Amino acid sequence: MKKFIIKRLGLAAISLFLLSLTIFLLIRISGDPAVLLAEPGASAADLEAIRTQFGLDRPLWIQYASFIGHLFRADFGQSFYYRTDVFELYLSRLPASLLLAAAAMLFSLVIGIPTGIIAAVRVNRWQDSIGKIFALLGLSMPSFWVGLIMILFFSVYLGWLPSSGSGTVLHLVMPAVALGWVFAAAHMRLTRSSMLEVLGSEYVKLARLKGLPEALVISKHAFKNALIPVLTLAGVNLVIMVNVAVIVETVFAWPGVGRLLFEGIAFRDFPVVQASILLGGTMIVLVNLLVDILYAVIDPRIRYEG
Amino acid sequence: MTGPLLDIRRLSTHYVSARGTRVTRAVDDVSLSLDQGQTLGIVGESGSGKTTLALTLLRMLPPAARIVSGEMLFEGSDLLKKREGEMRRIRGKRIAMILQDPMMSLNPLFTVGDQVAEPIRVHEGAPRRTAWRRATELLKAVRIAAPERRVREYPHQLSGGMRQRIVGAIAISCEPKILIADEPTTSLDLTIQAQYLKLLRDLQRSHNLALIFITHNLGIVAKMCDQVAVMYAGRLVEAGPVKQIYNAPAHPYTQALLESIPRLGDSRQRLTAIEGQPPDPASPPPGCAFHPRCPKVMDRCRSEAPPEFRVADAQTSRCWLSTPASR
Amino acid sequence: MNGTAANSRAVSTVLALPSRLAFIRSEGFPLIPSLILLTIMLVAIFAPALAPHNPEVGVLGDRFRPPAWQTNGTVDHLLGTDHLGRDVLSRLIFGARISVVVGLMVIIVAGAVGTALGIISGYLGGWVDQVIMRITDAWLALPALMLAIFLAAIVGPGISNIIIILATAWWTRYARVIRGEVLSVRERDFVRLAVVAGCSKWKIMRKHILPNVINSAIVLATLQLGQVIIAEAGLSFLGVGVPPPQPAWGLMLADGKKGLMAGYWWLTVLPGSCIMLMVLSANLLGDWLRVKFDPQLRQL
Repeated sequence: MKKFIIKRLGLAAISLFLLSLTIFLLIRISGDPAVLLAEPGASAADLEAIRTQFGLDRPLWIQYASFIGHLFRADFGQSFYYRTDVFELYLSRLPASLLLAAAAMLFSLVIGIPTGIIAAVRVNRWQDSIGKIFALLGLSMPSFWVGLIMILFFSVYLGWLPSSGSGTVLHLVMPAVALGWVFAAAHMRLTRSSMLEVLGSEYVKLARLKGLPEALVISKHAFKNALIPVLTLAGVNLVIMVNVAVIVETVFAWPGVGRLLFEGIAFRDFPVVQASILLGGTMIVLVNLLVDILYAVIDPRIRYEG
Repeated sequence: MTGPLLDIRRLSTHYVSARGTRVTRAVDDVSLSLDQGQTLGIVGESGSGKTTLALTLLRMLPPAARIVSGEMLFEGSDLLKKREGEMRRIRGKRIAMILQDPMMSLNPLFTVGDQVAEPIRVHEGAPRRTAWRRATELLKAVRIAAPERRVREYPHQLSGGMRQRIVGAIAISCEPKILIADEPTTSLDLTIQAQYLKLLRDLQRSHNLALIFITHNLGIVAKMCDQVAVMYAGRLVEAGPVKQIYNAPAHPYTQALLESIPRLGDSRQRLTAIEGQPPDPASPPPGCAFHPRCPKVMDRCRSEAPPEFRVADAQTSRCWLSTPASR
Repeated sequence: MNGTAANSRAVSTVLALPSRLAFIRSEGFPLIPSLILLTIMLVAIFAPALAPHNPEVGVLGDRFRPPAWQTNGTVDHLLGTDHLGRDVLSRLIFGARISVVVGLMVIIVAGAVGTALGIISGYLGGWVDQVIMRITDAWLALPALMLAIFLAAIVGPGISNIIIILATAWWTRYARVIRGEVLSVRERDFVRLAVVAGCSKWKIMRKHILPNVINSAIVLATLQLGQVIIAEAGLSFLGVGVPPPQPAWGLMLADGKKGLMAGYWWLTVLPGSCIMLMVLSANLLGDWLRVKFDPQLRQL
């Protein structure tokens, strides 16, 4: 167990190292890094100042060491556009993203779990086929397109929901559904397979042999057990949602970290782009690490593999 | 009540493949009867249809299975004619079953007490507290130490032997008429196996249960049962009182099975195992299914399946050697 | 030895050919999705002949014209025009080109790189395997879409850039899956025979290992085609993918947003439907291929 955790920690460290190295190198091989690191429209003198500030004339490994040093101090530089510290800017946008992700998660679970259970209980019947179609559609429709179509119907034609912005619960509905859509399909698939496994278990068989009503067998003996892997996945997906929300947040002008990344790209605000990727990537690596360890604690078989 | 407690008449259960092209006759034309307080051992190799027969009795078959024909009279009324709701009130209350793997039969997320009390609450509508008190008593009945503490524990806190006993406690919780035990001891070591068999036997006697004991081990049947039924490829090849069959087995398969178990005072150095493989249940050989392995095979066996012959009082055999003429 | 190897390969080719045609008639073959994909390919190839107008040039006086069946619609612009007066049908037709080219190129490049690394890693083993697999696992843990956005933001828009970017983000799965396959293939008799016969490692990997793992790579590629197309559309929508004025479907959706509040539905519904149709078809075909050829890939 200890060995597994150490191994997994090492892997996460390599991931983070690769992430930082990739970003560091990409900045330096894609033309003149000073141009990227300077504000758009900087003068030749400004560029020169940037070069000395970042030591761009020094050897690469020294530059990398100083780059890493800044990261460890949570120093991601100043935003060109907002004129504030990027890390603080990111943190100030995070609550909105978390709120959206939480709402999207709620939607995906409310849709995904019941449909997954129905599909499993009625496996290979028409309910299961409908579930399959639903899951396939979820994976085949880009989330931002779902968002646009919803705007067309609920804002333009029906006028029920605001098409963009934030502030009220109504503002949250469409972005949450658009973002949660793909995840609802994923959660449905996992609930279905997890439920099928539990329904085939000996303890569910015994529950039926006891003469319990089928509704009780499913709601008591199968449901709880089937939910464990789904909720674990949901935990990971919450963090992933924060990070893939960039397009949905852009569609609905939702003021989260995804929208921040989009603004960074649109305004060529490089420190913002860099910080968004580094922080988002770190979050995902850490959550993956946490889940792998959690799984190993729950299921001893994993520890002995690989 | 007249007639036996359970009377199975010419029962057949088939598995049909997804496209309906392959039919496996898992239970084929089986007739059996069982009286109150009697113990019946069903013996056969794996794939002979023992478990399917048990699941048919409770109407708990997987979706691919079809009960094709026959009757199952329990206390005089046919279980096959009952609606699912009526069947549910019989399962666990009138007919209980212990599964092949009792170790995996407890739900890891609920306490022992909850799981033992569950059938009492569902079938008798007993309030929670009463049901829990009964659950504690049941744990005592299956000889679990400190039952007041154990009811509050979760399955993973208990040893394998204890979990086994708890599954037994669940089975007898509603005082069923029939208890079916499907190879309940295969996963146990010998000492615990013997203890568990003794417990089952004691429970059977004290509750006057009819016990159906499914196993591949004729030796256990000799200790546990009054009646025995031998299954081969979905058919009942021989049935009757244990003593009678042990002394005078009529069917060559039973004879081979008996030769393969050690007996007291046996001077042989090696046990004879039955040669050849059990048949593929999906495509059994024509005629008598046992003929490819039978030491006494005759021409007739290869083409014609023998019907059931009465060889002695209450003893039947499906073998051409058991015809009144050949005896 | 060489003769035997060549013979067995010839035999397997002969046997493979009819079976490859035969699966079209086999049970559950997704005929309609396959036809849709085929149609999209043909449309992409013959786009110049099919499109009634130049997709990148519009008449400003003809802006936001609705499809022909609505009032103000004209037969000249069957599916209407966009905010610059460009013909939507023509843009959709040429847009198929971009989706097909980007989608196919990404899965080919990513598939080739990933498969090669998987074969090398699985066959050579030892420290080579360790290094490649650690990097693959670490890379797998990174968020592909974010990385793609970052790359795109740095190198700027362009079709070849987007292909490289998406391939960079998508090769890892192939490396993992193919390596696993190689581990079992390399223990098979014909590989051992080739080793004994003194074939070089490169030759064994190319002639004996590759043909036996290519099926898995193709299944994986089909399953990923849909994801790649969605990713390309997303990047283009954000303005870091295919640059305007090219008619990429994702870009059309970004442009369509300009007419969305005015209710110009065709600019949003039509390009998105094209994306969905193509992705859905690819997913259905991929699902079928997976079950058919590679039950081990079921967890993907």
